[in-house]
Amino acid sequence: MAKKISTKVLTDLHLNMVRIRRFEEEAGKLMEDGKIPGALHLYVGQEAVASGVMAHLTNQDQITSTHRGHGHVIAKGGQFAPMFAELYGKATGYCKGKGGSMHISNMALGILGANGIVGGGPPIAMGAAFSNKFRKTKQVSVTFFGDGASNEGSFHEAANMAALYQLPCIFVCENNGFGEYTAQSNHQAVTDVADRAAGYGMPGVVVDGMDVMAVFEAAEAAVQRARSGAGPTLLECKTYRYYDHVGVRGMGLTYRTDEEVEAWKQRDAIASFEALLVKQGVMTEKKLANVYARVDADIQEGIAFAESSPFPNPADLLDDVYFVGANS
Amino acid sequence: MSEAVQSGPRMLPYVSAITEGVQQVLREQDNAFVAGEDVGQAGSVFGYYQGLLAEFGDRRVIDTPISEKGIIGLGVGAAATGCRPIIDVMFMDFLGECMDEVANQMAKMRFMFGGGATLPITVLTMAGAGMNLAAQHSQSWEAWLAHLPGVKVVMPSNAYDAKGLIIAAARDDNPVFVVLNKMSLAMPAEVPEAMYEVPIGKAAVIREGTDFTIFGIGRMVHEALSAAKTLDGLGINCEVVDVRSIQPFDTETAIASIQKTHRALIVHEAVRFGGFGGEIVAQLQEEAFDYLDAPIARVGAPFSPVPYSPALEQAYIPNADRIVSEVKKVLGL
Repeated sequence: MAKKISTKVLTDLHLNMVRIRRFEEEAGKLMEDGKIPGALHLYVGQEAVASGVMAHLTNQDQITSTHRGHGHVIAKGGQFAPMFAELYGKATGYCKGKGGSMHISNMALGILGANGIVGGGPPIAMGAAFSNKFRKTKQVSVTFFGDGASNEGSFHEAANMAALYQLPCIFVCENNGFGEYTAQSNHQAVTDVADRAAGYGMPGVVVDGMDVMAVFEAAEAAVQRARSGAGPTLLECKTYRYYDHVGVRGMGLTYRTDEEVEAWKQRDAIASFEALLVKQGVMTEKKLANVYARVDADIQEGIAFAESSPFPNPADLLDDVYFVGANS
Repeated sequence: MSEAVQSGPRMLPYVSAITEGVQQVLREQDNAFVAGEDVGQAGSVFGYYQGLLAEFGDRRVIDTPISEKGIIGLGVGAAATGCRPIIDVMFMDFLGECMDEVANQMAKMRFMFGGGATLPITVLTMAGAGMNLAAQHSQSWEAWLAHLPGVKVVMPSNAYDAKGLIIAAARDDNPVFVVLNKMSLAMPAEVPEAMYEVPIGKAAVIREGTDFTIFGIGRMVHEALSAAKTLDGLGINCEVVDVRSIQPFDTETAIASIQKTHRALIVHEAVRFGGFGGEIVAQLQEEAFDYLDAPIARVGAPFSPVPYSPALEQAYIPNADRIVSEVKKVLGL
């Protein structure tokens, strides 16, 4: 760590990563037990990215997320109860049960939606950044996307326009090595997605996405740059998806080896950060156990809330298709 | 005032009515801006943003790269965060470049977010054949858009409606597509200088009749009027309804007309198969079956891409003659 970071920041980074990990582990079980309908794309393994980036954002700053979006929502301030309720398809969910896992959003927290379309987020985040500049606020927007999405035209158009207009937009590529089930080496000729930044006239930075402090520091520079009006940055975080593309065990496709998964788990972002915190005296084993106990209690509360919540009323289906009422 | 009375009605071509509508919106709404390809320095390839850059500056009249995904995304992200973007998609055909941003993002965001997002976004885009611009610059894709829950779609047939629908669209807190027609650009109509709205979702009975209703969409309204004149000479008194709003569609006005005339034909420039005319037919047979005295006819383009050669294009585009012959066929004449 180059400079002194407060204990509060360090423990918050840790707490967020644990909140994400435990939420995803439980959500995965609930999906595989058939309690949560539909498909969940789980974030386990990538926690350092959402936590390290979001540490620099306020509720006014916007993000666009991906189909693998729970981690972003949690790190941006999302609460377990309305998140679980949304996954259960309940009326008390963040989207009243109309969006589900792939569309969780909350405007008050600056979450412009997870997105079911690979590459759906970057143009929207660029538009939010345009709006921030147009309205002369100091807000920034961050778009999370994967190595797979970096092959979509939408990413390239958004990157070009963000750089052209010097927008306060940060492009965070979570390179987890796979576009769905296709390895990066089979879907793009570059090794570093960050190389693509040069083509648009913005800095491209590669960072170890399994090291939350490395992500934290790189994101700090990118957010400061955006907030100061100097324009966008492409921040590539090399990370890994422990679970399958969908669910936990997924469809059992043989696209990667158990050895590869195990090798990445040896570099687990949470375990290594915990070892560091204990070594530095920021945390003790007891304090760590308390964090997990608190998070688990929150999770049980969230699940209970979701399970006891009502389903949406089919009579309300057509609400929210259009804005109805006096226009602005 | 007195000068205006002396000089008679104020006539403006369609192109200038578009300009005036956008200009008045930009004056009214500080958080509105126009963004699109060649909208600033060039003033649009169709000329309808001429002078706006000079008046409003490049903060509010924004030239974009040729990047339709980016342009629509810019509009969606900006609309969700406090702006009221007017987005220009130069040719409607270019929607193919950004159909995800339109269909999966813009149209659905409010619903997917459980009502959390409001998207006051207006998209102006240019449809229609007749200028020998061939298969990728001449299409009428309104039925695609009308099929998307979450967006509204209007098609002004004349200068008055163009201005009034643009203003209504810009004041609406939903995404609204204003589908313009390139062959109508020079066509004048009486256009008041004051700001006014033409309500979205309302058709207009522009010619009263008793024997037959012709529903016209977009520029085809004028062909419908021309056909009505010809049919008058044959003793057939036609009512002409300018559909104006595709989504929402004014079912009520359509039914009222059928209750009076008992026969109908729909004409649009889009390909007939799967065109919006089919939706109107379906609604009328569902809601007004007992009032119908004959099958409802449809006139649209053949099932072919828009051809280039003037000889082929003129044969392709629906016109008054085809309307007349279809009406006669329905009547057994």
